[in-house]
Amino acid sequence: MSVTAGQGTPADTQPVLDIRGLCVDYGYGDTATHAVIDADLTLYRGEVVGLAGESGSGKSTLAYGATRLLRQPGVVTDGSVLFTPNSGARAAVDILDASPARLRALRWSDVALVFQAAMNSLNPVLSVQSQLTDTLAAHRKEMTKRERAERAGELLELVGISRDRLKSFPHELSGGMKQRVMIALALALDPQVVIMDEPTTALDVVTQRQIMEQIMSLRDRLGFSVLFITHDLSLLLEMADTIAIMYAGRIVESAPARQLFHAPRHPYTAALLESFPSLHGERKMMAGIPGSPPDMRRPPKGCAFADRCKFALPRCTDEQPPLAAPAIGSQDRQVACWLHAEDTLPERLSAPEPGSQPAGTAPETTGGSR
Amino acid sequence: MTDINTGTPAVPVVDRPRGEVVLEARGLTKHFKVRSRPQRGQRRTRGIVHAVEDVNLVLEAGRVTAVVGESGSGKTTVSRMLAQLTKPTSGQILLEGKSARSYGIKAYRRKIQMVFQDPFSSLNPVHSVRYHLARPLKLHKRAGGRDGTGKAVDALLARVKLDPPDQYIEKLPHELSGGQRQRVAIARALAAGPTVLLADEPISMLDVSIRLGILNLLGELRDQEKLAILYVTHDIASARYFADTMTVMYAGRVVESGPSLEVTDNPQHPYTRLLLDAAPDPERETPAVIQARGSAPSLISPPSGCRFHPRCPVAMPICSEQLPPDISVGEGHVAACWLRHADYQTNN
Repeated sequence: MSVTAGQGTPADTQPVLDIRGLCVDYGYGDTATHAVIDADLTLYRGEVVGLAGESGSGKSTLAYGATRLLRQPGVVTDGSVLFTPNSGARAAVDILDASPARLRALRWSDVALVFQAAMNSLNPVLSVQSQLTDTLAAHRKEMTKRERAERAGELLELVGISRDRLKSFPHELSGGMKQRVMIALALALDPQVVIMDEPTTALDVVTQRQIMEQIMSLRDRLGFSVLFITHDLSLLLEMADTIAIMYAGRIVESAPARQLFHAPRHPYTAALLESFPSLHGERKMMAGIPGSPPDMRRPPKGCAFADRCKFALPRCTDEQPPLAAPAIGSQDRQVACWLHAEDTLPERLSAPEPGSQPAGTAPETTGGSR
Repeated sequence: MTDINTGTPAVPVVDRPRGEVVLEARGLTKHFKVRSRPQRGQRRTRGIVHAVEDVNLVLEAGRVTAVVGESGSGKTTVSRMLAQLTKPTSGQILLEGKSARSYGIKAYRRKIQMVFQDPFSSLNPVHSVRYHLARPLKLHKRAGGRDGTGKAVDALLARVKLDPPDQYIEKLPHELSGGQRQRVAIARALAAGPTVLLADEPISMLDVSIRLGILNLLGELRDQEKLAILYVTHDIASARYFADTMTVMYAGRVVESGPSLEVTDNPQHPYTRLLLDAAPDPERETPAVIQARGSAPSLISPPSGCRFHPRCPVAMPICSEQLPPDISVGEGHVAACWLRHADYQTNN
């Protein structure tokens, strides 16, 4: 790999969060909308996993379902979410089966969230300090008031805000600072997993870049794993180690970021990559993706992408393709597409993976790049 | 549900010849007065937000001009002033060489139409597509009688690639996808028969996969109907793709302008460089290095001299003292930066 490898390399290959066969519905019975269908996602320790998809593809539902934060009428109907703590003393726990007490202990101290609308997630009538100490008071009862205040100051400095803003109210902070406070809040209890749902969407590009850098350097220092949810694939490609692409409630492809960028295997991924105009080179006409995503209340029978796919086969509209290893190249990645059951792949979907030897199987590169 | 396939338009992305100047802004300035509510024991304070300062902009027939900047840079205020939705504090707007003031507001709007950011709120939820398109046709007397209006509505839908029209004409906004709604919004703007379209972030609320379809549609209207388009955006990559010329704004002032490829591939102002460095770029081989820190300044008391100097990694003493002049750095390429001035060339 030509990029500076090693920067984002996972410390070890032990999964910290393992989502298996997760299904989430909105509503019950025959009228239920299947928002997430049979999703598998593994988050290794210290890794940044990106989850990309269009609005309505189920990416946020997946994250909230997996942490049991989904409100009615959202129901998790199947699957397991295994959380493995890093200290050997505690056993792995299935979040979906955990008792309320166990769940309460686990939430925020092991798995924390940064919500989408950071601007509105802070309480407008409480100072930054009281919001930070409130979290500490609830989960760390042994701390004294002074220790909590001290820790709140540390947390602010951790995210690059000076300690004297502790007494500020949310309206006195800029959008970027509010987002940093949200990140500080998520890190208050030293979590092992941080789920970030579109954390930089409402921010300007420069602020977005600064916050992303901050998140990555904190990740390097504190060693937590990140599940990063966004619609902005171009941002993910720079930040994430592994990327999962969602379409119409299903994960259609997952692969290390570099491989996904240089050698997409699913037609949707390839088309999505061609939907972001480049900042370099010659200007070429780009077509985007024709059509629009399916209505999830009336999902198509076969592959949901079939009617927008330029490579669609007859069977695509009838049968759901399984998520499996691609026909060519590295076997560590997954793709759900019938084209991989054919003898030949279209040229666009058979590009060689970066760093792979032309003959043999590719040495796995999990190194991140940013 | 199927949207209309935008296909690959036959027109390649080429250098378009300069067109006739349709709309021109000279020295456009907008100051908003603000008052803060008096706090206990304090006096009421008054201030002026210097939102837009001395902006010159030219829109040509058959070309797209992009205005790129972060939130608070004044890009939306510029487009609102051009639409005469906001009255400029000073400066001139010329439509086809004549002062905008000399037109009645209706005559002006017939020539200049807007496409708004959010198609979810810019269409009336209780009215059908037909109503949305027939109304401007009637108001601007562009279709005779009931038959004429019906045909004109069909023609509008065909122009924005909502084919066949019958499938869409009776639909209410909630029955359409985001991309289809934005197409209806564009058709509504076209109904008045404008020569200028002001598109303020027309794709930022849409899903990634349908954004290019809308940009390509606007691009076809530019090429086939010779519309002059103002494309206001924060996304410099889409401006590079879509626009012929680009104007970069920072804190209410134009910092750089020129042909879009020139500006993005050979940026001459440190702020333009910052924007390009900060933009996500999967092709970047080495990690992005952001040199400038801090955030945009208060526009109530903007920095002296160049408004970017407090954040600029290469600022010189003069930058905080004097406003940089517009310096030509290439054909049609202008940067307002002291570094490009002949007296300071040795520094760079």
